[in-house]
Amino acid sequence: MRASTFRLLVLVLVIAAFAFWVAWPTNNQINLTPIGINYVRDIPVREGLDLQGGIQVLLQADVAPGQAVDPDSMQAARQVIERRVNALGVSEPVIQLAQNNRIIVELPGVKDPDQAIKTFGNTGLLEFVDLGSNPLPQGMQIATSLGPPPATATPPASAAGPRATSGDATATAQGTPSAQGTPTASASPTPAASPSPTPTYQTIMTGKDLSSASVQFDQLNRPYIRLTLTSEGAKIFGDFTSSHVGQYLAITLDKTIISAPVIKQPIVGGDVQIDSGNPRGFPLQEAQDIVIQLKYGALPVPLKVVQNRTVGPTLGQDSVQKSVVAGLIGLGIVAAFMILNYRVPGVVATVALAIYAAIVFALFKLIPVTLTVAGIAGFILSIGMAVDANILIFERTKEELRAGRSAVAAIDAGFSRAWNSIRDSNFSTLITCLILFWFGSQFGASIIQGFALTLGIGVVVSMFTAITVTRTFLKALQALGALPVVGPIGLTPRPAAV
Amino acid sequence: MMHIMRRRALYYIISLAIILPGIISLAIPPHLKLAVDFTGGTLWELQFQQAVQPAEVKAVMAGKGYPDAVVQTSGDRGVLIRSKEISSEGNTKSDILQALQARFGPATELRFESVGPVIGQEIATRAIAAVFLASIGILLYIAWAFRKVDHPVRYGLCAIIALLHDALVVLGIFSILGHLFNVEVDSLFVTAVLTVIGFSVHDTIVVFDRIRENARRLHGLSFEDVVNHSLLQTLGRSLATSLTVLFTLSALTLFGGVTIRLFALTLLIGIISGTYSSIFNASALLVSWENGDLARLFGRRRVATA
Repeated sequence: MRASTFRLLVLVLVIAAFAFWVAWPTNNQINLTPIGINYVRDIPVREGLDLQGGIQVLLQADVAPGQAVDPDSMQAARQVIERRVNALGVSEPVIQLAQNNRIIVELPGVKDPDQAIKTFGNTGLLEFVDLGSNPLPQGMQIATSLGPPPATATPPASAAGPRATSGDATATAQGTPSAQGTPTASASPTPAASPSPTPTYQTIMTGKDLSSASVQFDQLNRPYIRLTLTSEGAKIFGDFTSSHVGQYLAITLDKTIISAPVIKQPIVGGDVQIDSGNPRGFPLQEAQDIVIQLKYGALPVPLKVVQNRTVGPTLGQDSVQKSVVAGLIGLGIVAAFMILNYRVPGVVATVALAIYAAIVFALFKLIPVTLTVAGIAGFILSIGMAVDANILIFERTKEELRAGRSAVAAIDAGFSRAWNSIRDSNFSTLITCLILFWFGSQFGASIIQGFALTLGIGVVVSMFTAITVTRTFLKALQALGALPVVGPIGLTPRPAAV
Repeated sequence: MMHIMRRRALYYIISLAIILPGIISLAIPPHLKLAVDFTGGTLWELQFQQAVQPAEVKAVMAGKGYPDAVVQTSGDRGVLIRSKEISSEGNTKSDILQALQARFGPATELRFESVGPVIGQEIATRAIAAVFLASIGILLYIAWAFRKVDHPVRYGLCAIIALLHDALVVLGIFSILGHLFNVEVDSLFVTAVLTVIGFSVHDTIVVFDRIRENARRLHGLSFEDVVNHSLLQTLGRSLATSLTVLFTLSALTLFGGVTIRLFALTLLIGIISGTYSSIFNASALLVSWENGDLARLFGRRRVATA
């Protein structure tokens, strides 16, 4: 065996061994500490939304047509959404800007998609609103001095708790025991003057004056929301509550009243408790979602959902299992075809194909590439293209044998002459992949991007395995005398077709 | 020697016979049945614990303000609802879901896809732009790769014609399927068409490559004979490759999950067409161009081919 062939063989074997090790399904970590290198990295398989279920939402700035959106505020909105999503506890979320007025949010494995969309997509504008002497029901939408309710909003919830029993909503000062359940305020009669059709209420302050928000539990283990105001906010709130004792205050989120207590005494400590009109306190989930929105501030730009894809996990699992089985069946048929058609070189090509699959899958884990159903389809299609390179080479070798060359010379010529075709055809596929990737990136079509990426990786890797790996193995077999005569290698010169 | 290039007229007629019904179907509205990706709207797939009647689901949808909803059964106990866009903001969606569950029992949401009309229009525009750009990119690459032969642009154009042939075959068949079985095309379909285009060119280039090589070596032969010779040489490879791809795609079509079955079928049709067109259209067109078939057919009223 020539030294160069031997070196190449060792290199191919090392790469193959590494690829198989990384690609092995149960291997989720690269840890090089045992061999003296301080390097540890997790390499899980990333499953896309269509495989494990989840949601993909495209949000768009909700501004008047023609009005430009400030790139900085979109960036800020993205960060707010990212913090809210992280607070939801979703693993591996994707939040990215698309074009200049859109944000793509992908949340794999979310249990309650609708609730999640509300939590990260709502503007989250908190307002403390002066209601004067009007007790308004929770859930009602009101116009404030900062603007009217959103146009797309649902009509006011008519079934919000009747005031006769829900007057226990309170705002109390720090240190003061909560006076919940005291029915004193609830008996207050409806104001004589009913509000005009679209009254506008004065906003006292907004979420900007908030320093923190959290969910707390009272003595009866009922959830409530605790807000801590900044010193400036505490002063505004203290002044207001001092001069408006006995009147009503509304705490609104995106113009919807979440609580409208009566002011019983001045609140000067900067510590505000919000509890709902519900005798059992806030539903815990709702309280947590509100806190997530308050904690990270309001979105600087209102956003609306323009595209929403939700995939249930059952459909995804069904697809992935079937596609993997289909892929294995396809691979088996291709291997059988190659071995029957080309004998020993066919076996070599099949081994190269296995190495190919291992390298590609290892790259998926290392890069990492998020696997989608379309991505798996791209991978399976690239197997076909990888085999094509070998077929081109072997068919060419057959021709050279027919032309009377020796086996060694024919194999050499087969490789060198097939190269032009392999290069040109793979390049045109790569051009298509690039354009597909661009097409997919325009509106977060991660399915299309995944397909383009896996097909592209497959094409590049196939050039290495189908050419370098196959040739090295064939040369090694020749050197070992395992490929001695023309006949048994399956490349027997047949009479040329007439 | 077998002379497959002599029967060029026959190959064109076969191609036309396959493409024409598709073109006619494409000319009849709704041309292609577009999925919510392009039109905007909502696709909602729900799985119940008992079989439900689409008509009853439709009645519930109508009661909730979606009288135009189209409801189909999907699987044993599932329904597929298509309607104008159902907003996932506010309570519209959860309202409908509650109404359906109250009527038919617990339901599992398999998928929910909602696309605003503006976005739908945009995706459609970009899809056309993507196909166009891919064609231009491939044309330029071929013209460059074949820059040393006579008429490099001719090779590029013939490859593009073969590519359009394959795209038309796929579009036509899906238009017919849309008319007959309500098969819709979505953005995954665009991916499939672009892949077919890539594969079609891949196949064509392998044949052209051999023509390029032979044209240099076999100076004595006519261009028609050079092309014929090249085709015979690459025939084994073309068939072997197409067979392997067809094996994998057939496996995907037959055993793959529902979400990619249609995708695999699209590729299957396109790749069969691509193999045919690289041999019988792209190469045949090169010969026709060289020999001036069109001029003979229309100019001098002579029979085009022997």
